[in-house]
Amino acid sequence: MPSSLLWAVDVYGRVYSLSTAGQQWEQCRDAHLEFKRVTAVRQCCWGIACDHNIYLNVHASDLPIRYQEETYENQRWNPVDGFSDRLLPSDRWQWSDITGLQHQPLDSFQLPSESWEWEADWYADENIGGEPTDKGGWTYAIDFPATYTKDKKWNSCVRRRRWLRYRRYKARDTWAKIPSEQVGPLPDPFNDISCGGWEVNEEPAGRLSLWAVSLQGKVWFRDGIRHDNPEGSVWEEVILPGEVVQISCGPADLVWAVLWEGQLLVREGIGRDCPKGTSWVVVDSPSPEVGAIHVAVGVNVVWAITKDHKVWFRRGVNSHNPCGSGWIGMVGEMVMINVGLNDQVWGISCEDRAVYFRQGVTSSELSGKTWKAVSVPRDTDRSHSSASTGSMHSAGCFFGGEVRLQSQGSVLSDMDSDTERAPAGGILSDPGAPAAAAAATAAASPAILATSDVDVDVPKPRIPKVTSDSFISELVSDREGQLGRRDGPPTGSSIPEEEVALSSTEAGDAEVKSPPALVLSPSQASGLQGPQWSNVDLEEAQTHLAVGPPPEAADTCSLSSVATYHLGLEELYGPDEHPLWAWVSGGGCDVDSHSQLNWFNSTAMNSSVQSMSLSITPAQSAAWRKQIFEQLSERSKREMENFRHYEQAIEQSVWVKKGSMQWWRDWKPNKWTDVRFALEQFSGVEGNKDGILFIYYTFNDEKKYLHAFVNEVTILVPVLNDSKHTFAIYTAERTKQRWPIRLAAPTELEMHDWLALLSVSCCDSRGIHGPPSKQAIWSITCKGDIFVSEPTPELEASPYPMPCDQMFWRQVGGHLRMIEGNSLGVVWGIGYDHTAWVYTGGYGGGFFQGLASSTDNIHTQTDVKSVYIYENQRWNPVTGYTNKGLPTDRYMWSDASGLHECTKANTKPPSPHWTWVSEWAIDYGVSGGTDKEGWQYAADFPASYYGHKTLKDFVRRRRWARKCKLATTGPWLEVPPIPLSDITILPCDPQSSLEQVPLWAISNKGDVLCRLGVTPQTPAGTSWLHVGTDQPFKSISIGAVHQVWAIARDGSTFYRGSVSAQNLAGDCWYHIPPPAKQKLKQVSVGRTSVYAVDENGNLWYRHGLTPSYPQGSTWEHISNNVRKVSVGPLDQVWIIADKVQGSHSLSCGTVCRRLGVQPMEPKGQSWDYGIGGGWDHITVRANCMEAQRISMPAPHNGLAQQTAPRSPLPTRHQEDEINGDAVG
Amino acid sequence: MADDKDVLRDVWFGRIPTCFMLYQDEVTEREAEPFYLLLPRVSYLTLVTDKVKKHFLKVMKQEDVEEMWFEYEGTPLKWHYPIGVLFDLHASNTALPWSVTVHFKSFPERDLLHCPSNSVIEAHFMSGIKEADALKHKGQVINDMQKKDHKQLWMGLQNDKFDQFWAMNRKLMEYPTEEGGFRYIPFRIYQAMSERPFIQKLFRPVSPEGQPYTLGDLLKEMCPSALPQDDEPKRYQVVIHGIEPMLETPVQWLSEHLSHPDNFLHISIIPVPSD
Repeated sequence: MPSSLLWAVDVYGRVYSLSTAGQQWEQCRDAHLEFKRVTAVRQCCWGIACDHNIYLNVHASDLPIRYQEETYENQRWNPVDGFSDRLLPSDRWQWSDITGLQHQPLDSFQLPSESWEWEADWYADENIGGEPTDKGGWTYAIDFPATYTKDKKWNSCVRRRRWLRYRRYKARDTWAKIPSEQVGPLPDPFNDISCGGWEVNEEPAGRLSLWAVSLQGKVWFRDGIRHDNPEGSVWEEVILPGEVVQISCGPADLVWAVLWEGQLLVREGIGRDCPKGTSWVVVDSPSPEVGAIHVAVGVNVVWAITKDHKVWFRRGVNSHNPCGSGWIGMVGEMVMINVGLNDQVWGISCEDRAVYFRQGVTSSELSGKTWKAVSVPRDTDRSHSSASTGSMHSAGCFFGGEVRLQSQGSVLSDMDSDTERAPAGGILSDPGAPAAAAAATAAASPAILATSDVDVDVPKPRIPKVTSDSFISELVSDREGQLGRRDGPPTGSSIPEEEVALSSTEAGDAEVKSPPALVLSPSQASGLQGPQWSNVDLEEAQTHLAVGPPPEAADTCSLSSVATYHLGLEELYGPDEHPLWAWVSGGGCDVDSHSQLNWFNSTAMNSSVQSMSLSITPAQSAAWRKQIFEQLSERSKREMENFRHYEQAIEQSVWVKKGSMQWWRDWKPNKWTDVRFALEQFSGVEGNKDGILFIYYTFNDEKKYLHAFVNEVTILVPVLNDSKHTFAIYTAERTKQRWPIRLAAPTELEMHDWLALLSVSCCDSRGIHGPPSKQAIWSITCKGDIFVSEPTPELEASPYPMPCDQMFWRQVGGHLRMIEGNSLGVVWGIGYDHTAWVYTGGYGGGFFQGLASSTDNIHTQTDVKSVYIYENQRWNPVTGYTNKGLPTDRYMWSDASGLHECTKANTKPPSPHWTWVSEWAIDYGVSGGTDKEGWQYAADFPASYYGHKTLKDFVRRRRWARKCKLATTGPWLEVPPIPLSDITILPCDPQSSLEQVPLWAISNKGDVLCRLGVTPQTPAGTSWLHVGTDQPFKSISIGAVHQVWAIARDGSTFYRGSVSAQNLAGDCWYHIPPPAKQKLKQVSVGRTSVYAVDENGNLWYRHGLTPSYPQGSTWEHISNNVRKVSVGPLDQVWIIADKVQGSHSLSCGTVCRRLGVQPMEPKGQSWDYGIGGGWDHITVRANCMEAQRISMPAPHNGLAQQTAPRSPLPTRHQEDEINGDAVG
Repeated sequence: MADDKDVLRDVWFGRIPTCFMLYQDEVTEREAEPFYLLLPRVSYLTLVTDKVKKHFLKVMKQEDVEEMWFEYEGTPLKWHYPIGVLFDLHASNTALPWSVTVHFKSFPERDLLHCPSNSVIEAHFMSGIKEADALKHKGQVINDMQKKDHKQLWMGLQNDKFDQFWAMNRKLMEYPTEEGGFRYIPFRIYQAMSERPFIQKLFRPVSPEGQPYTLGDLLKEMCPSALPQDDEPKRYQVVIHGIEPMLETPVQWLSEHLSHPDNFLHISIIPVPSD
């Protein structure tokens, strides 16, 4: 998981961020600004600065923010001038938008703010719908408005062309002011903001909802925020039933606000089409006596704080019931609270103003378990004393469990009791030892004792106990109070002097003990004092306290009279104290209850805190570890080298492991049969290990068995589904049959134990150890499982290669959808959720634990995919569309085929490894389009559906999607932040010394990207270079001599010119016409060959490629029945075939290899069938292991032609029908 | 870079070339040839010397044979210590092969435990594992295992099956990540110069502040005399599996990688050779 940031503001207005991978608060740049509040999301952070302006900090990323401005130049033909800009009076403007209604000359386009810059000048677009136009980019039509074509005809009276210009958002990683130019009522100074809503609607990309509250209590909504318009367009006022003090917007459709009077408002009607919502509903404060002061919402949670700092959790909140059902009081006193990603909760405690994290928040236990202080130093703390952070633990500042839950035994007490119990167990040989050891342990840590001593002595700084937004004024008032009581004992929770500074006007107010937020009651806020108090005090405070950066020239001068401070107070708030926080925002901080954070240990400064054996980085431990390695190998040499002829004390023997399983019987009727399963392992003749698998079964009361030699097993494939824990064992013979040995283990754990054991056994028998080689062939199944095979020179030998059903595949942990690599060992993959991953060089992970897995290089990996079900309805004249179908109809809730009933309740995640991470939601992104409610219409089931209703339509359906998530481990590291849909890496010779390994990718959005800084040592590279295109792309491939081919989403094909090692990104796209009437979908370029697959499963070979004319001339049809192609550095051609018939069964998704490919015959002759079905992806682009060429006559050419038709769907071999298994 | 897994293999496959010679006073029918054998460092003498017994019995009369025992330079060798520990403690820094004298008479009752059968070794080995797990996980891991899993550990050692043993033993080496290590480190410190059997006390792998303790920390607490003094030449070697790990090595790592199959870290303190 990539690191992400937690943002916070301290009481001096300094903004800090804390990385999930980090161990200290980093102060934000632009320190000349002080901030009141921040609200963060993954990609950016919004803040209100003390000048009342709103600032935006868009995090730097490889993904540029570009906006395409376009305008059309229109011309009409007349007999005198030909085409000219003289148009008829009734015509459109000479320069207009696409509709012609808007006058848009080139010079009318202005940059929206100082944060933007033009990328280049205007240019005419020479491309229409994927087809190139003539020079100049003109498209022609009979008249405006009409259909334009690229060809000029006799009746073309008008023409137009599109001009394009890109502007780029440049203000990244810096606080950029949001321009306040606004037509209409200007919002008064802002007081609170909250950002969220990205889950409401994923289109357009990067869309966000930003809600703001002004000092006068009005609420504003920022419209038009999206990826290519990060600043948004305009503030829109939202009508309110009262005056709001604070607002919170969750990632999805929850928006809650707090009224001055202490009630809460819930926004209703937020949805895809209406992110702003429609109406407010009032919810009463959790406590009848005390009003609410603060609220924070997530996806399914609402937390609130009342004026007495009590924390409340709202029960029963979800998208359908945004108001929830009731309040639960929680433990802890907080001044503010924030809900971040994954409904994780952050708070600032009332007592010590530390940032707390709610531990144990999971989707099943949204209220979490305990509060835990985030105790890491700030980068600005020069002399960080561990006293402050240490104190949090030693003082027992863990808040207890939530009231209504079972009390959670605190960690500390648990450990203590352990110490007590251990000696009582009587397991120790030396009875005197425990006490001594315990005493010694304590003595060995005098630092701790000292720490706690210090902690006891230091009076706790008195911290304002207010939830008011106006922390600064609190601070002021607080100091006032402090002055008076400095010598007094540390004070309790309710101290009246908080109001000293500001409550003078409140004389006689009954609620003296309430927090000073009441000071800002509407009557006052709207009065003279309201807008004045906030930042002024901050300036003063800093002047007096002399900490932090020098204040800006005071453009906001002090109007209110601020009390003078005692300089002695510096000590209390000096940098050596632990930071006093005012605001925290976790909206961009991607943690969940499983995340491992280094934020909670007081020794965070000490790097050795993490030097546990598994997390040690090589650098930290190099010396001692290296010494152990060296000494062990010296020892082995010393003690064994000269004595190899000695007899071994223990003779090796056979080792058997047995278990119970179910076996999918080979003969009909096929069924699961109980069997005994055994693996016998023994040392082979040359010392290598070998083994035999036995399946003992009973047939007609007769005991029989089936066996397989471990060294003949070619692959073990786990096939998890929700009913059985099954796996398949293939041998070369069984691959031919398309009929593996299918076994089901009683439990998932046993299946994994067996798979790990069998896998080690198979690898041992073949002498395969450690990580895959750089030339390895990688493939991926439709379940996302990753397999790797070691190529031998014989694999691509010509004319007699090793049959590819004999390849041995072993599994590598992780979950991917596609994978690409090259022979320098650079391997990248893409997950189902489009996350990019780079291979770390390890092996194992997943269920391979212990010895079958490397310890270094294994990381957690997550993937997310959607499960779809369909809601089907039929129209009848009485009630219209209902869920009452005809008796012959499909299920009213079904899968895509309609054959299986799939209701919301009974549909499970694909396997036990997946867990739901969202609710069912209507999917609007279905091909064919949908109406506003997601329905697609058709005349009858099954048919092609479309997004609008006609008279003839009697049925309709809509798709529901639900996301599920998988967490596993494997040798993969995420390459954030851009989600990808395709990758290609230059295939090359393993000896080649490229300065940079060319790696191209297509982003999820269709942008073409080129990765910079990729080397065998740094396979992840450093950054993305954006390669300009006029349309989104879907497939890309680079050949051995930098020839880059790509396919756009509309199927048009392009060749990238002038790409070389010196010019990694090339210079321009050349359009390549596709094969007649076909839309290409995937391309692969080898050493010289170019192959492409179209949407109808045809494989095409590009003819006529020469160094001087690399685009080639024509497409030649090679085969049908092809899903994907991978062309390697030897120009070897491998595919995933759609269907392959074996002797026992048919397989879909099968790895096949083209036979007979030779330099003079790059198209090959026939297909050779490998592992499958269920395979989705293969890459041979790392394998350039070439066999020595033997000159020999081509193998029975005629025969190959005969038995291998033009498609990899071979004829069924009847003679193989008999089960050739050893059934004894 | 070498993987930590390789350490486990090196530890398991450590062998000591040994020359067994019959004690000169034993009565034989003809002269007994010495017997040469590679002894696994992690195993026990009586478990791996069937061949030795068979070899010498060939030259002896049945009635002269009592329980076999071993001695090195006058010291009876305790079979219930791992072979590697016996070697490191008594014979490191001497020439190889290790010359062990075989006796069939005068069993030194005061010094040695009887070992009538392999089941005694098994019981001893399993009690070691259980004790170690009690220290590491309050015994929860070993108690959760089934009888056959226990058997697998023992059979792995008995038959020198590294994979078989570690397939099970890795479960004993797990610990909650957030705790950073075992509850206590199972260790035993043997001193060549002391009559005491060995030192074994409670010792946590991580300090209360979360800092990992090192081998140096352990020795400082358990056996400070073994540590070199600032201004003196080194007097003692701290040997584990025939090597001297640096004092900066974290004890948790040592426990996971350099423990014997009984899950104890056996540390030998021996005088630095004088020459």
